[in-house]
Amino acid sequence: MAEFETVPIEPMRLSNSYQNWYRFSRNPTAVIGAVIVIISILAAILAPYITPYPEHVGAVVNFRARHLPPSGEYWFGTDNVGRDIFTRVIFGARISLLLALVVLGTAVPVGTVLGLLAGYFGGWTETIIMRLTDIALAIPPLVMALAVAAVLSPDLINSMLAIAALWWTWHTRLIYSITRQLRGQEFVEAAETLGASKFHILFREILPNCVSAIAVKTSLDCGFVILVGASLSFLGLGIQPPTPDLGTMVSQGSAFLPDFWWESILPGFAILFIALGFNLLGDGLRDLFDVQEVR
Amino acid sequence: MSETLLSVRDLSVEFSTYGRTNKVLHNVSLDVPAHSQVALVGESGSGKTVTMKAIMGLLREPPARITSGRILYDGADLLTMPAAERLKLRGTAMSMVFQDPMSSLNPVFTIGDQMGTILKYADKRLGRGRGRSERMARVHEVLEQVRMRDPERVTQSYPIQLSGGMRQRILIAMALLSEPKLLIADEPGTALDVTTQAQILKLLKDLVEARGLALLMITHNLGVVRETSNHVYVMNKGVVVEQGPTSQIFDAPKDDYTRGLIAAVPRLTGGMRFGQAEVTR
Amino acid sequence: MEFLLFLGRRVLWSILVLVGLSIVIFAIARGMPGDPARLALGPRATQEQVADLNSKLGLDRPLYEQYGLFVAGLARGDLGRSLLTERPVNDDIRDTFAATFELVLATITIAFVIGVPLGVAAARWKDRWPDNAVRLVAIISAVTPSFFLALLLQILAGYVLHILPTTGRLPPNMAFSPDITGLITMDSILHWRWDVFGEALRYLLLPSIALAAATMGQIARITRASMIDVASQDYIEAARAFGVPERLRVFKYMLRPAFVPPLTISGLEFASLIGNAFVVELVFAWPGMAAYGVRTILQKDLNAVMGVVIVSGVFFVIVNLLIDLLVGFVDPRVRIRGRR
Repeated sequence: MAEFETVPIEPMRLSNSYQNWYRFSRNPTAVIGAVIVIISILAAILAPYITPYPEHVGAVVNFRARHLPPSGEYWFGTDNVGRDIFTRVIFGARISLLLALVVLGTAVPVGTVLGLLAGYFGGWTETIIMRLTDIALAIPPLVMALAVAAVLSPDLINSMLAIAALWWTWHTRLIYSITRQLRGQEFVEAAETLGASKFHILFREILPNCVSAIAVKTSLDCGFVILVGASLSFLGLGIQPPTPDLGTMVSQGSAFLPDFWWESILPGFAILFIALGFNLLGDGLRDLFDVQEVR
Repeated sequence: MSETLLSVRDLSVEFSTYGRTNKVLHNVSLDVPAHSQVALVGESGSGKTVTMKAIMGLLREPPARITSGRILYDGADLLTMPAAERLKLRGTAMSMVFQDPMSSLNPVFTIGDQMGTILKYADKRLGRGRGRSERMARVHEVLEQVRMRDPERVTQSYPIQLSGGMRQRILIAMALLSEPKLLIADEPGTALDVTTQAQILKLLKDLVEARGLALLMITHNLGVVRETSNHVYVMNKGVVVEQGPTSQIFDAPKDDYTRGLIAAVPRLTGGMRFGQAEVTR
Repeated sequence: MEFLLFLGRRVLWSILVLVGLSIVIFAIARGMPGDPARLALGPRATQEQVADLNSKLGLDRPLYEQYGLFVAGLARGDLGRSLLTERPVNDDIRDTFAATFELVLATITIAFVIGVPLGVAAARWKDRWPDNAVRLVAIISAVTPSFFLALLLQILAGYVLHILPTTGRLPPNMAFSPDITGLITMDSILHWRWDVFGEALRYLLLPSIALAAATMGQIARITRASMIDVASQDYIEAARAFGVPERLRVFKYMLRPAFVPPLTISGLEFASLIGNAFVVELVFAWPGMAAYGVRTILQKDLNAVMGVVIVSGVFFVIVNLLIDLLVGFVDPRVRIRGRR
């Protein structure tokens, strides 16, 4: 598999925070992205308090209010059993963000550590880790989730595990590439000569230089994980009803297209909205830190 | 007194970036007589590269802007000439030898392909119809002139397969393809190790003398100047601060800046001899 | 000569990855908690039935022996028997793979044929409106879930505008069996059935657009970045100094080196392409391997799912190998040095 080389990264200086903030705020799309992300996170956290019908998350039916189009009473309309779609979308967003948190919460640390080890120590460590990475990259995350779902059972946790089990590879590659470049630089040599421990070199010298790349990639990844998660639940491998999940809602609502379009289109747009936010944010961070990693 | 091939008269250039305008060249004048070897010396930022680009017509306007002056080649002003006319001169009347052999050759095409293409379009501009085999014959001829031992192999190679010294010689060969009368050399060999650089400079000097070409050498290295040129222009901050025959400049520099430049050259032992340690490979 | 060495290295590498892949898949299939036989038979099966199935599936042998059997089976092309269709998984996949392959081929074609020119245009008119337009399109296509795009396209083109079909590969009344290559588009031409060809294209259009969108966006962006990078290189400036005309500079001298990053990226992107194919095939009722995979998943048909996973993995590795070879062909630095 072809390798990637990143452009040398400038050490991130925390004292530049104000400068960074200023530059970031001049980039309109980045700001939009950040706003979307913040709105989504807040909405997810405050879900029970801001939604009009929080009880519709459970197994509630209201047959008189089935298939109602968007209105003042039900902002996004109602679904086939009369539940408020807006409420369920907000709670569904919660699930999506949780998924991103869990997956990246495991994938990023694991991937980063592996990348550091592989990039710094070289030799057999490098070979084993990077070859494992290549193998893991050969399995599409969705397919892996399918495999796991077939063997265990199709639910959210298994899907999350499956995705996380593959996602770290991207981070490993990224950190490996950066570490390899930094390994030859003088500040690392200096630390080595001064007798710093390997731990110190890895985590106190090299890692801080990776932070900007990690921030960019993690932002972008949040969006992609949410998309993969949505695809999985669209296929029926996500969280089981009646708990709301955006992908499942699109799937179930699609049976009623095109007449009751709001039942699948609006949750779909919600997915798009959240993913867009993370994507713009990640792009904005990339422009800010001038990192040229790929994907 | 040989006639002047290239004459830059009172050239001034401005650069506008991010809303600010800087004057980078102030009334620069220099002459390159035919068959002579002239050096343009200065440190980075002195304006020597901008001058060179202006002469070759490589300045991007914007952000650069030529505010005054003339550049006369064979009597005709390049700046007021119609674009097509000026384009004709590129590579054919005056040609540039680039600085960095690593990055100045396209990595994904063979040498033969690149040189053939240059020659093809130069021929087109001059209205000369030459078939492919004739073109390749000329390419081989030029490669031999720059002392390539196996031109056939070189034309079929990619830049990555050749050494730095070979690549620099190819850059010289590219400049010579259409038999220009003026060669502008941009810091030749600075990207190479000292011994290879010495070989390249010797090659340049031999070629230029053998063919009676005029040479304008842009450099920051005084040792190179001493070796290769008979007339020197010293630039600092966009102005020509001193000019004269090489020996005069080195023995009796008039300007403080020139004196500073000369004094800055490290000496092995006392005395004013530079660049004489030639190691033959 | 060095190209052969390069080829050899890459092939060896791919084989290693495939071996590793087989181990991973095997580990998932057998190493996971739970009793596959019981899972398949359900909680009401008796102990005997479970033991019987276990032994039929070879699950009572030691692990390494099972792996050996597994690999031997793979080599023979035996992927076990599907519990759903009760046919060899091999046959099921053979029947459905061609459809997926055709879809993927069309998708890649669209992604490149539209993505690369968009990227070149964006680079050429950098920071002006074409650039911003391309950026917008690229971002939107990157964040739109494929299934959502598929649904939207279905509604728009199928129900609202009524111009394109929404399910299947051919009209229901048109019978045609692609017996040569398995690709309806190819075979219809070979059989000189232009009516079938036309219909096949119409049916292919929406699914491949839905699938291509995300990749196309990525390719456009990478091409843009790559062209901008190459444009600032010294050798382009040198070509300009030597009088090489602009059109040649852009389309030959810049495009060739700039083409490598998008190529490499598409190799990595291919994984998500395969993933998205599952949902797109489902939405458009495209009779491909991915749809088969989805059906069997929901039935917990272990062999079938594993078969699909393996074939997907192999497909990915082969495609990446081809892309690597293509990159080596385009960029001599890669094939001589092994890197850029």
